[in-house]
Amino acid sequence: MSAVVELLGVRRSYPGGVEALRGVDLTIGAGELAAIVGPSGSGKSTLLHIVGTLERPSEGTVAIAGHETSRLGDGQLAGLRARTIGFVFQQFFLLPGSTALENVANGLLYTGAPAHERVRRAREALEQVGLGHRLGHRANQLSGGECQRVAIARAIVGRPALVLADEPTGNLDTRTGGEIVGLLRALNAAGTTVLVITHDRAVADTLNRQISIRDGLVESDVAA
Amino acid sequence: MSAEAISPSTLQPRDVLRVGLVGLRTRRLRAVLSVLGVALGIASMVAVLGISASSRNDLLAALDKLGTNLLVVKPGQSFAGAGTVTLPDTANAMVGHAKDVTAASTLEDLGDLTVRRNDHVDKAVTNALTVGAARSTLATTVGATLRDGAFLSPATSRYPAVVLGATAADRLGIDRVGSGVQVWIGDRWYTVVGILNPVTLAPELDSYALVGLAYAENELGADDSPSYMYVRADPGNVDQVSSILGPTANPEHPEEVDVSRPSDALEARAKTKTAFTSLFLGLGAVALFVGGVGIANVMVISVLERRSEIGLRRALGATRRHIAVQFLTESVLLGAMGGAAGALIGVLVTAGYDANRGWALTMPAYAVAGALACAVVIGALAGAYPALRGARVSPTTALRAA
Repeated sequence: MSAVVELLGVRRSYPGGVEALRGVDLTIGAGELAAIVGPSGSGKSTLLHIVGTLERPSEGTVAIAGHETSRLGDGQLAGLRARTIGFVFQQFFLLPGSTALENVANGLLYTGAPAHERVRRAREALEQVGLGHRLGHRANQLSGGECQRVAIARAIVGRPALVLADEPTGNLDTRTGGEIVGLLRALNAAGTTVLVITHDRAVADTLNRQISIRDGLVESDVAA
Repeated sequence: MSAEAISPSTLQPRDVLRVGLVGLRTRRLRAVLSVLGVALGIASMVAVLGISASSRNDLLAALDKLGTNLLVVKPGQSFAGAGTVTLPDTANAMVGHAKDVTAASTLEDLGDLTVRRNDHVDKAVTNALTVGAARSTLATTVGATLRDGAFLSPATSRYPAVVLGATAADRLGIDRVGSGVQVWIGDRWYTVVGILNPVTLAPELDSYALVGLAYAENELGADDSPSYMYVRADPGNVDQVSSILGPTANPEHPEEVDVSRPSDALEARAKTKTAFTSLFLGLGAVALFVGGVGIANVMVISVLERRSEIGLRRALGATRRHIAVQFLTESVLLGAMGGAAGALIGVLVTAGYDANRGWALTMPAYAVAGALACAVVIGALAGAYPALRGARVSPTTALRAA
């Protein structure tokens, strides 16, 4: 099983002396469904940003799908995000004036795929998350659960090797949150590596592996 | 670790436009308002250029109709430098028979006479009007037309009859001719037999009250020493005629004769920019500048408001450059929209003004093209700084901030 995420001695400090990560080693294999769990301030958001290549580590090496990120420039890192990583955010981050279909198609915008192909694949992705009947609705006409489904569709429309979900259930009620977790599970069953960042133990415990973070260090790493 | 090369993220050129439109589509009112300044600036510049081009064209067309072969002969300065210089009384006959002269006529100032509405008006009140003795050929020679009545004929030239220039008629409050319409010149009543329209080629006639030369010679002491001579030359030989007019009109003192071609002056005036044009162009430029600042302002706010969108796009694979290009495109589109709207308004204003004046619509292509180019450049300049700011936004802070 090849590693999708491989962190070695990753540290991240910020100006002013704050050390968000203090030496993290972490390997996530292809096809895993893992949770990074920890209280706020534990460094899990920084970890997500580093795994998502939105931020570079101060020290240590990061390899995503076999690419060592320190060797890549801005354009190639962006290419990695466009094709290899899908993001799901707590706040969904949908463009409010655009339709569900357009929002999902935006997931392919920076891959250079032609417009008709983006739309075709966006429709498939929306059908996959059970929103085939909401294609033309604008983001501000959808419920929270539906928004998060659109966001998940946008994350998977490019068939990325890795989906990073940052508190995907944080803005949803328990029942809808459960549905979203179910969706991520189904996604994982279809072969995608899924990494969920959460502060919610209960959500983390439903996944296959729990990596606990505290004060910038991995505290425990339990695989079910 | 196997690592096939990663292709950098790409944004198709056609998608650049699409992405640039997203912000405008979702904030339409703001887009319209931010474009107003540029639209007004462009509109005023296009309208000013269009209106002045139309007016110039109209004047040149009128000149073509009036002919550019009219020459005006005036007594110039005497070398002695003293006294009023006049042309000799032989001038009209001599010039009239010169080669290539098709028509000639004269006007003689009757300096000590004033024209008044009636005999109760003080003699010193001249209204800046002059009384002159005219040949009956004057109107046809200069191309003057009559608003009312008829010009002096050989018959009416013998009687106390007067033809008023356009300005003279206005100042005296006379708007028609008729049996009872009279003005007071010198010490008696004169019947108004004609009122002239403004004379384009000889505007000095507008403020004259013209009496017949025959009557003036008999009753008013005129001696046919012309103050102005109007000469029509064969259109192909205007320059030759112009050069012989001095010696012909005043053989003894050819150096005391001024010859001018009024159509030249009019043409030159038509082609120079007036202060009015410059003023409005300046105001347009100010409006344009303010409009550009308005767009820049809106774009800066837009970048601040859309930090989470910037963060999202970076997460979806946009490079810093893609973000900069997106905001720059948006700003250029705003400028172009303002330019297009402004050019349209400018053309409409010009069309309306021209229709009102009875001019043919003349809209120089360079005005419209230049205005659009100007608006696009302003959009680009206004968007440059906000675009750079957008590109510098760190994706992680942008995503956390929301």
